[in-house]
Amino acid sequence: MELSRRDALAALSALGTTAMAGCAARAPQEGVDESVVETYVAIAAVVYPTAVSGVPSFVRSFLPARLDRSTHGPAMRETVTELQTVSREWYDEEVPALDESARDQLLREVGVDAADEDPEGTLAERVRFYVVNELLLALYSSPTGGDLVGIENPQGHPGGTDTYQRGPSK
Amino acid sequence: MSDDRQPVADADLCVVGAGPAGALVAARLAEAGQEVVVLDAGPRFDADDRLARQERAIRPAYDRPDVWEGDPKRDAHAASGEWFYPLNHARVKGVGGSTLHWQGMVMRLHEADFRSASERGVGVDWPLDYADLRPHYAEAEREIGVAGGMDNPYAPPREEPFPMAPFEPSYSDSLFAEACAELGIDMHSVPNARNSEPYDDRSECVGYGTCQPVCPSGAKYDATVHIERAEAAGATVIDRAPVQHLAHDADAIEAAVYATPDGERHRQPAEQFVLACGGVETPRLLLLSKSAQYPDGLANSSGLVGRYFMDHLFAGTGGVLDEPTRQNHVGFLTSESHQFYDEADAEVGPFKLEFFNYAGPSPVEMALSGEDWGDDLLGRLREDYGNHVAVGALVEQLPREDSYVGLDRDQTDDHGNPVPDVHWNVGDRALRTIERANEIQERILEQLGAEITWQAGPDSTGPAYHHMGTTRMGTDPDESVVDPRLQTHDLDNCWIVSSSVFPTGGAMNPTLTIGALALRAAEHLDDAL
Repeated sequence: MELSRRDALAALSALGTTAMAGCAARAPQEGVDESVVETYVAIAAVVYPTAVSGVPSFVRSFLPARLDRSTHGPAMRETVTELQTVSREWYDEEVPALDESARDQLLREVGVDAADEDPEGTLAERVRFYVVNELLLALYSSPTGGDLVGIENPQGHPGGTDTYQRGPSK
Repeated sequence: MSDDRQPVADADLCVVGAGPAGALVAARLAEAGQEVVVLDAGPRFDADDRLARQERAIRPAYDRPDVWEGDPKRDAHAASGEWFYPLNHARVKGVGGSTLHWQGMVMRLHEADFRSASERGVGVDWPLDYADLRPHYAEAEREIGVAGGMDNPYAPPREEPFPMAPFEPSYSDSLFAEACAELGIDMHSVPNARNSEPYDDRSECVGYGTCQPVCPSGAKYDATVHIERAEAAGATVIDRAPVQHLAHDADAIEAAVYATPDGERHRQPAEQFVLACGGVETPRLLLLSKSAQYPDGLANSSGLVGRYFMDHLFAGTGGVLDEPTRQNHVGFLTSESHQFYDEADAEVGPFKLEFFNYAGPSPVEMALSGEDWGDDLLGRLREDYGNHVAVGALVEQLPREDSYVGLDRDQTDDHGNPVPDVHWNVGDRALRTIERANEIQERILEQLGAEITWQAGPDSTGPAYHHMGTTRMGTDPDESVVDPRLQTHDLDNCWIVSSSVFPTGGAMNPTLTIGALALRAAEHLDDAL
């Protein structure tokens, strides 16, 4: 299933960040944020199911608005920077340069798989909060992410009041 | 809105609490030309932050009180009763009050609820009956904006359709309908305080699915609607202004003494005072206002301030089917059954059945916990989502003297005041009623062919977060705190609008009755002013 611009706008809604009228999803900023966005795209390739396509453009569409948030954005950058440091120390490469299995391994070695999300916790808990769950919330609250599971109007998506009335065959 | 939080000169009316009761009274009296000031302990929330609050509601890092900025020090409390009471999951402090996080179900009490002692042989009769409140119910439905249908054969008589058409039944309702038809159980629509169409300059429901605890679209009514209307008519609203005590003489309140974030204390005098801070903080404020004249607390010559604390109890049964049930598209209910409600007697209380549209896990929330991601996570979501069903029930608890709100003098809040102690006991009749509701729920699910996987029964029930009974209404000053006009027996200018005045609770969600009583009291207040 292809993630669309509509999915990205839905993700902005569920992530508590509405797009401004007329300037929906902005291009990522140059420099530091490009590196951060690349890392999110690389992690998304690991934590998203193989059934979805269009992941890079989806992530690039919703992420800039999140990075713009006054306290959330800096914490996202800081968490990614720490993860990059670990990646360089353990794998001699930054996250985007690792192959998918190494990225998956890195996350598990940091302890992200077993961590509960916590915005003020350990690195594992913060990676879970600011990176992995950020990506998963964006995907599974979008129409395409919902469709993967069998729900056209997942929680967080303002998909109207028709779908709850429909049977499974629509 | 007052930014400097200074008292208002020449106030006619001071309302303590900016929830639905206080907001309705404030709007009515401000529109009638009175000088109104509203004090609330909590903040005024920015409507633009609602999507961010929705994210908090979904993400596992946040607990329910975090969504609306609960403050553990400000909101400290005790729970010394036989049953633990999770007070800070049950309320929101701030402009809008607990309607900010409520479910938004708005039913009228049944006629027999007003005559519990006479008709059911337990509890007490209200000092007014359904006919007295009936026009105010209709008025409250218009003010709040209720979407409902005329298809409930068990509802009390009504004079006109609801302001909006009901929400259509859900797909899972249709599954229940077949089973209930086989069992002779009638299903019907649910009166919802959410817009099924644009109403009162607010959007129709757009299906965010997080109604409880936050509606980002504003389609669900909350009391900021009437606070804004009160302000438009000239009322002043002062937030983060917890009232510390009520200064008084022998016959009347002189001023509400409130604190502000800068550490200052102010006196807000007024001609009349309305206490509208719910079933816990209202009795607490009266008890905190004790004096040499009133050593047991204000308006407490009966000794009943804080007594008879009640809540509704939840009974539920859930399970899974071997087919899709289409849950969690929306966060509200579209079908109930009130068929068994008026079978209540001394042994078994009234209860209503609720057919869930959000049984089982939400895939979004499920995705944010667990030790998997990628294809493994998707597999788990597909496995766990989609075939759940559940039937809930609300059950009446009788008023009991050993169920009360008192003060815990061993703990203090952020201003050094003793914290409220919710000493909650429910009684055997409520537990029997839960068993009865569970029996019917099991029959429905078995008829449906469901495998039952959980049950909230007498040993695992919990409160519905409806605080009632702690300043009960009556005609006898020895047996009640307020009279049928909601004026305290003891003080000339003190009124209480809240579910705290309910003599009994019935088993219907209380907010519509709170609204009807508030509008009725507003008429008396207007006369008094």
